[in-house]
Amino acid sequence: MITALWVMIALAALLGLVLGFSAVRFKIEGNPLVEKIDAVLPQTQCGQCGYPGCKPYAEAIAKGEADINLCPPGGDDGIHKLADLLGVEYKPFGGDAKPKAKAVAFIDEQTCIGCTLCIQACPVDAIVGAAKQMHTVIASECTGCELCLPPCPVDCISMPAIEERLTDWKWKHPVITLRKIA
Amino acid sequence: MRTLHHFHGGIHPTSHKSLSTHQSIARAPLPKSLVIPLRQHAGEAAKPCVNVGDHVLKGQRIGTPSATLSSSIHAPTSGTIASIALHQIAHPSALPDLCITLIPDGKDTWIKREAVDFLALSANEMQQHLRDFGIVGLGGATFPSDLKLRHPIKVDTLILNGAECEPYITCDDMLMRERASEIVRGIVILRHALEAGEVLIGIEDNKPEAIAAMHEAVSAAQLDYAVVAVPTIYPGGSAKHLIKVLTGLEVPSGKLPTDIGVQCFNVATALSIKRALDDGEPLISRIVTITGNVEHPRNYEALIGTAFSDLIDLSVAKRDTNRYIMGGPMMGVVLPAVNVPLVKSSNCVIAASDTLFPPAPPALPCIRCTRCAQVCPAELQPQDLYWFAKSNNFGKAQEYSLADCIECGVCAYVCPSHIPLVQYYRYAKSEIRERSAEKLAADKARERHEYRQFRIEREKQEKAEKLAQREAASKAAAVVAPSTPSVDDTQQIRINEAIERAKAQAAEAHPKNTDALTPEQQAEIASIEARRAKIRELATDAGADDEPHKTS
Repeated sequence: MITALWVMIALAALLGLVLGFSAVRFKIEGNPLVEKIDAVLPQTQCGQCGYPGCKPYAEAIAKGEADINLCPPGGDDGIHKLADLLGVEYKPFGGDAKPKAKAVAFIDEQTCIGCTLCIQACPVDAIVGAAKQMHTVIASECTGCELCLPPCPVDCISMPAIEERLTDWKWKHPVITLRKIA
Repeated sequence: MRTLHHFHGGIHPTSHKSLSTHQSIARAPLPKSLVIPLRQHAGEAAKPCVNVGDHVLKGQRIGTPSATLSSSIHAPTSGTIASIALHQIAHPSALPDLCITLIPDGKDTWIKREAVDFLALSANEMQQHLRDFGIVGLGGATFPSDLKLRHPIKVDTLILNGAECEPYITCDDMLMRERASEIVRGIVILRHALEAGEVLIGIEDNKPEAIAAMHEAVSAAQLDYAVVAVPTIYPGGSAKHLIKVLTGLEVPSGKLPTDIGVQCFNVATALSIKRALDDGEPLISRIVTITGNVEHPRNYEALIGTAFSDLIDLSVAKRDTNRYIMGGPMMGVVLPAVNVPLVKSSNCVIAASDTLFPPAPPALPCIRCTRCAQVCPAELQPQDLYWFAKSNNFGKAQEYSLADCIECGVCAYVCPSHIPLVQYYRYAKSEIRERSAEKLAADKARERHEYRQFRIEREKQEKAEKLAQREAASKAAAVVAPSTPSVDDTQQIRINEAIERAKAQAAEAHPKNTDALTPEQQAEIASIEARRAKIRELATDAGADDEPHKTS
């Protein structure tokens, strides 16, 4: 009886030590769920969800403060991915802004006065230029977030939609045409 | 006799090859204009290196490689560059691409052609030569040939692909029949470049004339190359499957043939390599089969950039032709227009009509008969892949190795429900490709955004540090002040000194009329002073008396 008790106590102490050690040794910095949600978000950093960037939105979702259907650039597909990741029901899009075609910022270089306001607004440093020098957009880095539009004092930035090119052309989902037979 | 191996599945469609093998290869006449696309190879489009209005000679380079995975483009004949602009090309999207339009002068004047002794070339020089001469794989993938020689790899077996498994196509067959010795010369060069041990020339056994011609050429050159007749089974001409049949080795998923010590070239590529080195001629023409619903099906040697419509006119399309298929009936795509130019990858154009290729009956639901799985040469599960592609479940499709699908079309061929399976796989593949590109872009954007935030934070910190440093400096100055008074301190001292001086002056000053006074006057002053003192005393007393009244 006593032996059994001692064995159990020893076992409990040993397992407790192992658990305590692993808690310290394998401690994860930060919330891994935030990272996972952030990986699904499109990283446009546009703030259309109401949060100042993708990471803050991911944090808000992880905390349960934000809904999963607020990201217009992520589109319907993004909501599905978030629903799968978090194990919640899919919700149709619920924000104010609606998803739109992918676009890239374009600066009309004739009109640009070189005020650097758009450079300061760009969340991914995709605009190059200097004070009183013409600015231009690095199209390959632009996420199409439209954050450069409001600060421009001369409205010289437009957002043309990206046209389908040969290099990124996609095969379409097969369409089966139905024929009337009677 | 070699022991041959089998690959899983495959089908035996009617070959229809004899249609276009009755007549020898004809040289297509020089067209009125040539439209030469700058993207004729796998990878990046070439960069134009001529200007509109320039006169170019036949074989002159007009496009240079713009990246590692790219190749050169040459003028197919002498003439004037009329434009460098977007033009419709042979692509299922019907989207235009950058093309150089050349108006031939009719003289067909060559640039200076120089033969190069390949034995004297180093491996790097050989690669550069092939790159400069625009040599790409002519089997269909148009992969730049120089890159296939690039890696310092050990190749045990060099395989020449003359299988040509798809129905209707006969361009390689006719090429082997008519130009076997040139092909063999190209193989000699390739073997030297790769330092390959064994050379196998695989030809499907439905081309006995080609096999005989290649045998003859090999023995005439006194070489030990093995010309192997492989069983006719579609898709036996796919590089991976030909390697399996000839060597029994399987190229692992996601790997290259060179990883298992094998390299594979198309026979037409061998010929173009021979021409590039022995004759100094770049790749400016190719053999193309015009067949199907035409009066005179035949193979033509045509210049790159010739419009398909010119070639079809030579063969005379029948009345009921309603579309044209580029490539074979299994893997080919319908041309968006018939006037698009011939490119390095164009091996065949089939005139199609509803009698020749009746439209597929409407697709019915999948009944899970798994006939597609039985014939799939890549040993995939097409019925599952179809299910995943249809429901946009791309992650699952990737798990089921969709990337290993070679889009050969045997699954759709045997499907009793007539489901266009390959279309679903192509759709899923391009969606997956786009998503992975988007993912890469998102990761890059995240990195840039995080770096920007880090930079802003760092700048803030640097500013705060500078400010703190300045404050610390001014405090230190205040402590040291006594020994080295600051500007403010000296001013204060001066003011104090001035006040002191003024006080001293005031103390020294005496009323001028008090000197030399009479004793009466002095007595009067004294009495006045005494009265004043008395009044002051009274006043202070009264003030002191007032105090209690105020408080009471």
